[in-house]
Amino acid sequence: MDLTYSEEYETFRRDLRGFLEARLPKRLADKVRLGQRVTKEDHEEWHAILQERNWLAGHWPKEHGGAGWDAVERHIFEEETTRAHAPRIVPFGVMMLGPVLMKFGSDAQKAHWLPRILNGTDWWCQGYSEPGAGSDLAAIKTTAERDGDHYVVNGQKTWTTLAQYADHIFCLVRTSKEGKKQEGISFLLIDMNDPGIEVRPIHLIDGGAEVNEVWFKDVRVPVENLVGEENQGWTIAKYLLTHERTNIAGVGFANEALANLKRIAALEHQNGRPLIEDPLFAAEIARLEIQLMAMATTNLRVVSAAAGGNAPGVESSMLKVKGTVIRQEINDLTRRACGPYAMPFVSEALEAGSNVEPVGPDYAAPVSGRYFNNRKLSIYGGSNEVQKQIIAKMRLGA
Amino acid sequence: MDFNLSEERQMLQDGLRRMLVDKVDTKAIARGDTAWSAETWQALTEMGVIGALFTEEQGGFGGAGFDLMVVFEEMGRAGAPEPLLETLLAGRLIAELGSATQIEQLDEVIAGEVQMAFAHSEPGSRYDLERVATNAARDGDDWVLTGRKSVVTNGGEADQIVLSARVSGAVSDREGLALFLVPKGTEGLEIRDYPLTGGGRGAELAMEEMRLPGDALLGEAGDALPAIERTVARGSAAQCAEALGLMERIRDLTVTYLQQRTQFGQPLIKFQALAFRMADVLIEIEQARSAVINLCGHLDADPTTRELHVSAAKQLVGATAKLVVEESIQMHGGIGITQEYDLAHFARRLTMVEHRFGDALWHLGRFARLRAA
Ligand SMILES: Cc1cc2nc3c(=O)[nH]c(=O)nc-3n(C[C@H](O)[C@H](O)[C@H](O)COP(=O)(O)OP(=O)(O)OC[C@H]3O[C@@H](n4cnc5c(N)ncnc54)[C@H](O)[C@@H]3O)c2cc1C
Repeated sequence: MDLTYSEEYETFRRDLRGFLEARLPKRLADKVRLGQRVTKEDHEEWHAILQERNWLAGHWPKEHGGAGWDAVERHIFEEETTRAHAPRIVPFGVMMLGPVLMKFGSDAQKAHWLPRILNGTDWWCQGYSEPGAGSDLAAIKTTAERDGDHYVVNGQKTWTTLAQYADHIFCLVRTSKEGKKQEGISFLLIDMNDPGIEVRPIHLIDGGAEVNEVWFKDVRVPVENLVGEENQGWTIAKYLLTHERTNIAGVGFANEALANLKRIAALEHQNGRPLIEDPLFAAEIARLEIQLMAMATTNLRVVSAAAGGNAPGVESSMLKVKGTVIRQEINDLTRRACGPYAMPFVSEALEAGSNVEPVGPDYAAPVSGRYFNNRKLSIYGGSNEVQKQIIAKMRLGA
Repeated sequence: MDFNLSEERQMLQDGLRRMLVDKVDTKAIARGDTAWSAETWQALTEMGVIGALFTEEQGGFGGAGFDLMVVFEEMGRAGAPEPLLETLLAGRLIAELGSATQIEQLDEVIAGEVQMAFAHSEPGSRYDLERVATNAARDGDDWVLTGRKSVVTNGGEADQIVLSARVSGAVSDREGLALFLVPKGTEGLEIRDYPLTGGGRGAELAMEEMRLPGDALLGEAGDALPAIERTVARGSAAQCAEALGLMERIRDLTVTYLQQRTQFGQPLIKFQALAFRMADVLIEIEQARSAVINLCGHLDADPTTRELHVSAAKQLVGATAKLVVEESIQMHGGIGITQEYDLAHFARRLTMVEHRFGDALWHLGRFARLRAA
């Protein structure tokens, strides 16, 4: 047992900190810190800066343009970038499609698509869920029928995050109705500029529009955009989901949210004293901090095992459940910390440069919206109920 | 012992439920297109609903805790954001403290012809009722007020604002508070109004040497806190009853959804993991109902008993609101956090109940202190 990082990792951390200090634009960090909306251009700007050091996809092998990080380095990157209030990396190309192509893609597909993810040519989104297929993902109905050199795609995807920015979508489509429903699914890459595609925004409870419906009407997709074999899509989908669940614990985000909560609780007053000195409120913060300290180590135990070559299985489900609940509880206590100033709903105040002043202290402006919006954490990426089912199946013989 | 509604209250409940059904455009509110509707307000006044909040002596026909409970529970069930609570708060203060001429205005208030607001909380006061920094100084016959009020529901739309200020003492003294009736457009009063997360509008008030005539004073200068506490107790009861209506509405929405939505070839309600959690939600809502009944039955008790019940109800309702909101969103899945689904407005409105008059944690501490005293 040794809880310290090796010198090699500490060197990496110092290097990274120096880089963030020098290269992370203050304008972007301020937006993230104040909970303001991050635009497409903001994301692209930050991605390009990271790629100067091959750090946009640091966990990719060097041959594909990554930095070849192991799980520990990846963890350090998450920790330091959240601490510095860097925008998060848009995951769809870097975290999801990239690893899928490396494992299942043809050489031609790798050569064509991987560099374009890194240099920002393509913005990907994830077309898995449908109105009738959420937790029961294998129930997807969107069809792809072979017609010569093309697949013709018809159907609808939903909850597609940032599809409004995307020019490409990777989709699960039904290529066969024979046998078990898992056996007739394929993984297809689709150009969003193709005729027959329509994107409609879905507004969420906090007023933002980060998700969309994507409709397909007779969309013609070249067969070379099939990844892996026809009807192999379910295997690919499951592989991708395990990648989606890395860093699922969100320790960095939770640390940052806890620090923000403490800052607010020190500035807010109750009975003429800082709220953080109220024994009841302080106890609630402490309860969350104790949980978080333990989870950080649970996470490191998993990370360290992964760096040693053990693919996390049921552990990532545990981290998903615990990590999301802790973050949601921090969001809940943060909205309470703001008291009556959690009530004003001034959506424009979350747009940087809107000239609309927030009502009350600036830290209060995003707290209610974030509380509601982050209910998503336990719904997407495999809902917490689905994770518990996995735990029950893999560990409890259920 | 009788937990049934009287015939009059039953009629009021039925009438109100029928009238409000489909009246509230929850989607428009969630989108921020509207804060509340003048048409619904009109319908409420035509039914004489405001009269149910005041005693016969005051010009109404109710005024008891259970009258408030019936009215506000239905407002909650409909998700109605019309500023009825503001009329209750400001109207009751005028009725209790007003001079003969001030009380004459009550007819208009009860008829719903004027909009009201109660401006008490301030940027640093949080939920502490005695903490008032806004200063009122005598100048000849006039009063001159300087200070700020925060998150005043309906403050921007009110024709009359009942506003608290300090005439003497330190910022957290129980003595030294006074109430004033401030008409819309008073010089020296600056208002910034904005939408609220749960529907309706709020306002920040800034008073810069705002001059009021001597007869704007409501009651005695320096002794307003007990009346403010009595009124906020009534307001808390109304708010808790509204929360109850919201919880039941959300419960119904969620149960219906779980029965209709199928995944893995079954309606979601057939998954016991979800059904058991929904059963917990049902149990907790009944607990909350009992706490609200306790409070409504003790609004006219001695202050210590009354305030114990205020904190008991606010603690339990606040905690249950969180449970109901979070469980119902989770069990809906993605649809539960979309603006275009009815749950959005109900969940937001129910959550905001904790941000006025104190949240569950604040009242937990307060209950313990009151018990120990
Ligand atoms: C903000 C957001 C962004 C998203 N982004 C994307 C995206 O980019 N691409 C994409 O493809 N998808 C995306 N999703 C979709 C997400 O993956 C689904 O919402 C999720 O899979 C749940 O599906 P559902 O919403 O249909 O809920 P349902 O599957 O209908 O589930 C409703 C509830 O029932 C529970 N439940 C279901 N089955 C069982 C069972 N057998 N036992 C116990 N409980 C059960 C669920 O856990 C949930 O609580 C996003 C969702 C959200 C909210």
